Amino acid sequence: MTRLSPPAPPMHNRPATPPPRPAGRVIPAMLITISLAYLTLFLFLPLITVFTEALRKGFATYAAAYSDPAALAAIRLTLLVAAIAVPLNLVFGLCAAWAIAKFEFRGKRLLITLIDIPLAVSPVISGMIYVLLYGGNSLLGARLLDADIQIIFAVPGIVLATIFVTLPFVARETIPLMEAQGIEEEQAAMTLGAGPFQTFFRVTLPNVKWAVLYGVILCNARAMGEFGAVSVVSGHIRGKTNTLPLHVEILYNEYNFVAAFAMASLLTLLALMTLLLKSIVEHRSRHAAPDPVTRIPTLVTATPEPQT
Amino acid sequence: MPITHDKPCPHRGRQLSWLAGILIVALAGCTPNGRDGNSHTTLLNVSYDPTRELYREFNEAFIQYWQQTTGQQIAIDMSHGGAGKQARAIIDGLEADVATLALAFDIDAIAQKTQKLPADWQQRLPHNSTPYTSIIVFLVRKGNPKGINDWDDLLKPEIQIITPNPKTSGGARWNYLAAWAFALRQHGSEEAARKFVTELFHKVPVLDSGARGSTNTFVQHGIGDVLLAWENEAFLALKELGPDALEIVTPSLSILAEPPVTILDANTEKHGTTRLATEYLQYLFSPTGQRLAARHFYRPVYPEHADPSDLQRFPDIELVTINDTFGGWQKAQATHFSDGGVFDQIFQEQP
Repeated sequence: MTRLSPPAPPMHNRPATPPPRPAGRVIPAMLITISLAYLTLFLFLPLITVFTEALRKGFATYAAAYSDPAALAAIRLTLLVAAIAVPLNLVFGLCAAWAIAKFEFRGKRLLITLIDIPLAVSPVISGMIYVLLYGGNSLLGARLLDADIQIIFAVPGIVLATIFVTLPFVARETIPLMEAQGIEEEQAAMTLGAGPFQTFFRVTLPNVKWAVLYGVILCNARAMGEFGAVSVVSGHIRGKTNTLPLHVEILYNEYNFVAAFAMASLLTLLALMTLLLKSIVEHRSRHAAPDPVTRIPTLVTATPEPQT
Repeated sequence: MPITHDKPCPHRGRQLSWLAGILIVALAGCTPNGRDGNSHTTLLNVSYDPTRELYREFNEAFIQYWQQTTGQQIAIDMSHGGAGKQARAIIDGLEADVATLALAFDIDAIAQKTQKLPADWQQRLPHNSTPYTSIIVFLVRKGNPKGINDWDDLLKPEIQIITPNPKTSGGARWNYLAAWAFALRQHGSEEAARKFVTELFHKVPVLDSGARGSTNTFVQHGIGDVLLAWENEAFLALKELGPDALEIVTPSLSILAEPPVTILDANTEKHGTTRLATEYLQYLFSPTGQRLAARHFYRPVYPEHADPSDLQRFPDIELVTINDTFGGWQKAQATHFSDGGVFDQIFQEQP
């Protein structure tokens, strides 16, 4: 670089430091302050509030909130719903990703768009479609009710709605990575005599395992935190069809603030744990694959439902 | 081919099995099914918002009574929400054994749309199947800083009114009709009443879907100057959240709100709970039921069974009824709250 300056005095062996630019200090400091203020206002304060409200009447009252049978039932139901929805969406997500990333077929773009629908649709609508489909006023729903099969306002409805809203996560996280990796390795495996499933489980899946795991974590967080869609199909029967987020609302409406925030703190801990797992997975994947192409793309961001 | 498939990479196998492990643990979580070893009969009572506390105590009393008289162990499940929303859920297939909703129209709607109960359901229990009544009152901040003493004062400038949405909440429909009845008496014409209610609803900053949501908006979030509420809900808010912060104002005229109860015949027959459900509702009219209703701030239809100190809390004021002033719920609903009805119209008008 040439500079319009008098020849510099000899630098007596000191390492050349770049001239300090005034903007170099001010702008980052400003940006960090703004970000921190923003985070404090919208993230830290609410987080702290959840725990202070939960512990306002002491730890004994806080702990007592967990001995309520309705609370335990809500926790159990939430775990059950996640335990059904997450594995199913894992299998679906892998199938869809495999098909989309490694094979050519007509309507591929359409399939990708369809997978995105649950992210685009408001959760209320996600619940409502199942009420319309399986409710007592639909042909199908009336038949099922006659056969004593209760879908809506019972656990199956809650599971269906949860599967719907958490459907995209595994597929969405896996597809871009699988596509980026191309099909050379698979072709090599096939040439060497591996069957399609052997190729998938020994070549394709191991290559994307961190992305899959990442998708599973997000899927689980949403499955446990979902409020809107589940609220529509739940029927709100205390101790039977209330998931944890719904139970928080009920407790709050019953002026039982300590218990409401105790349950909310559980959901908050879940969110924090999700973040922790997420960063562990990101860290591991970076170590496992230094090649930037194979890093986990973060297309979908975790948005656990806001509590209360 | 000279390729052998012995262990391509031991690492991979382990991590795959890790994934599989997660799956198995997750699936294992499914096995203990959340059902509570259904050995005893269960009754599902689908109710509206402010009855939570009443039915919690009443259910305990009834479970004990039933155990003593029949030796049978029962459990009672509750579901609460805005009355219109709850009726909708029953129509859509929520298998309630009994419905205890905020107004007769919502139960009429269930009867019309599902045939789960006869159209004359309201004649099956005393007092038009209404075990307790209430009125609409105002809840204001302590000391009544805005000087709200009657319906007229609500239209003073700068006053914000909190009420739930009449389309989804039974209580809100009573609020609306009480305001209408006052304006009708005060100004003498339907047109003036409409103008009054229009102005009133344009002063509502938050329209919640149920009564309890509105109470929380007013009390917890501190929004608004006055809450139009069920008398029982206002008393409960006072009790739960402190008489230092709030006080009740009873207007010169209000409406007699009659929240009726019924069994849903088709559902109880299916569940084999018809007798249990019927006796459950009759127990509401018993001395115990009436005493509990008064304790939870509802006006009992048989005041002689209530604790006199509970009754003292209910002031005597001029009350209109839905039948005399509005020609019954069917008519009131069709005129005011149906799609495109008066409420929809005034909500779109500019004040």
